[in-house]
Amino acid sequence: MIEEAIRAAVGVFVVFNVVALSVLVLVLLERKFLGRLQQRFGPMRVGPHGILQTVADALKLLLKEDFTPATADRRLFQLAPFLVIVPIFLPFVTIPFAPGLVVRSLELGLLYIVAVPVVSALGFFLAGWASDNKYALLGAVRYAAVLVSYELPLLMGAIGVVMVTGTLDLVAIVEQQAAWPLLFAQLPAFLLFLVSGMAEGNRTPFDIAIAESEIVGGPFVEYSGMRWSLFFLAEYAGVFATAALTALLFLGGWNGPLLPPLVWFLVKTYAVIIVIFWLRGTMPRLRIDQLMNLAWKGFIPIAFLNLVVTGAAVLIGGPGPGSPLVILGGLATTAVSLAALSLALRPRRRSDVRIGFATRPGDDVADRPPAASHYSIP
Amino acid sequence: MGDYVYLVFFLFFGVLFPLGGIVTERFLSPKKPDPIKETTYECGIETEGTTWVQFHTRYYLYALVFLIFDVEAIFLFPWAVAYNQLALFGFIEMMIFLAILLVGFAYAWRKRALEWR
Repeated sequence: MIEEAIRAAVGVFVVFNVVALSVLVLVLLERKFLGRLQQRFGPMRVGPHGILQTVADALKLLLKEDFTPATADRRLFQLAPFLVIVPIFLPFVTIPFAPGLVVRSLELGLLYIVAVPVVSALGFFLAGWASDNKYALLGAVRYAAVLVSYELPLLMGAIGVVMVTGTLDLVAIVEQQAAWPLLFAQLPAFLLFLVSGMAEGNRTPFDIAIAESEIVGGPFVEYSGMRWSLFFLAEYAGVFATAALTALLFLGGWNGPLLPPLVWFLVKTYAVIIVIFWLRGTMPRLRIDQLMNLAWKGFIPIAFLNLVVTGAAVLIGGPGPGSPLVILGGLATTAVSLAALSLALRPRRRSDVRIGFATRPGDDVADRPPAASHYSIP
Repeated sequence: MGDYVYLVFFLFFGVLFPLGGIVTERFLSPKKPDPIKETTYECGIETEGTTWVQFHTRYYLYALVFLIFDVEAIFLFPWAVAYNQLALFGFIEMMIFLAILLVGFAYAWRKRALEWR
């Protein structure tokens, strides 16, 4: 008991420092990388090549006044940032960085990891509701819609992994990928998991709930100072967790030649993070109807297909990330899914550049005159 | 039992860490309340009407369909863990379960519950 408490205390200390440091690095990395994508330098002033920029930002936020709007629901408003950030920390209990470098390997690790962070959606919604601000409430409701849609492909992608490996323990899942990463056997699940993780983390092509250019930041419009930075911290810690989990589940975690395991894990995690930032730099934000259609009419059927194909392949060809039949099934599912998606998403007329699933006339928001609905909230 | 020690530690320090930030800020940041400053932000104009308005039913339709599938996902987890031992029986049984769900999904699709209107 005492030993466990000491291990837990040390674990908490190390993990919180790693997370806080990663957030500092990630914010700078994103700004630098996005800058380069847009032919800019990114931050350059604070420190050599701007490497101290996020430290300066953090200090500035600490010195800013933190006020609550007069009409807001005071208690809920002040509680909400905690509900957002605490569930983002919790999955790090069982995220293994290298063999032995895990605070606690849980037998139900994967289930725990997909279940706990979702609680922060509650805090997000609470923030939007308690702010007594229309933008905030809009963002909150949109986030609920996005979460509800993308949670299913995320869970079903994770279930595909469990079917192949037969365990929920993350350490065991990574150990099984010593020869073959699950990327090949579960390619559709990988794509679903990564994109859904991005959508749930409010990353840019899917950040309709935050959408700075229309609802000026969504649920945290009214937040300032430290409370605002807690949302920010949660977002980037979430990106790190999503990327780490993707690396562990699909890219083989710390497995790799020559370099030490920890380095491999970090290389893979940061590769996924760069992809996430890259998509932010190159993709325009999806409209909400496109976002919902992509999840319900695209991802969920694909996730179903993946479960059935994986089930059949494991049954006939045996389990494991290197099982030839499972790999074949995964590749075939990906090919069929991508073909079907691109067919469904093709422009409907030659002059039509909109992206969207074919609908009946009048179903598409863009087809209707602006005042067709008396609900003011889109 | 041992697992919970870790979870409780993380939960406790997970709360303490942001709380520490907020307490530190309380000592460092200025405090100058102002009635104008504390009004609701709406791009510089005064807010019109109440914030807590009615929302369109389309949100509820998605939520309803989600509820069914979410329960299904939780049901699938234990099945997936034991899949290798269940063999053909487990496969067929889950296919029947998924087929029933797919009928519901197809119904929702056909009834245009998945249309963003």
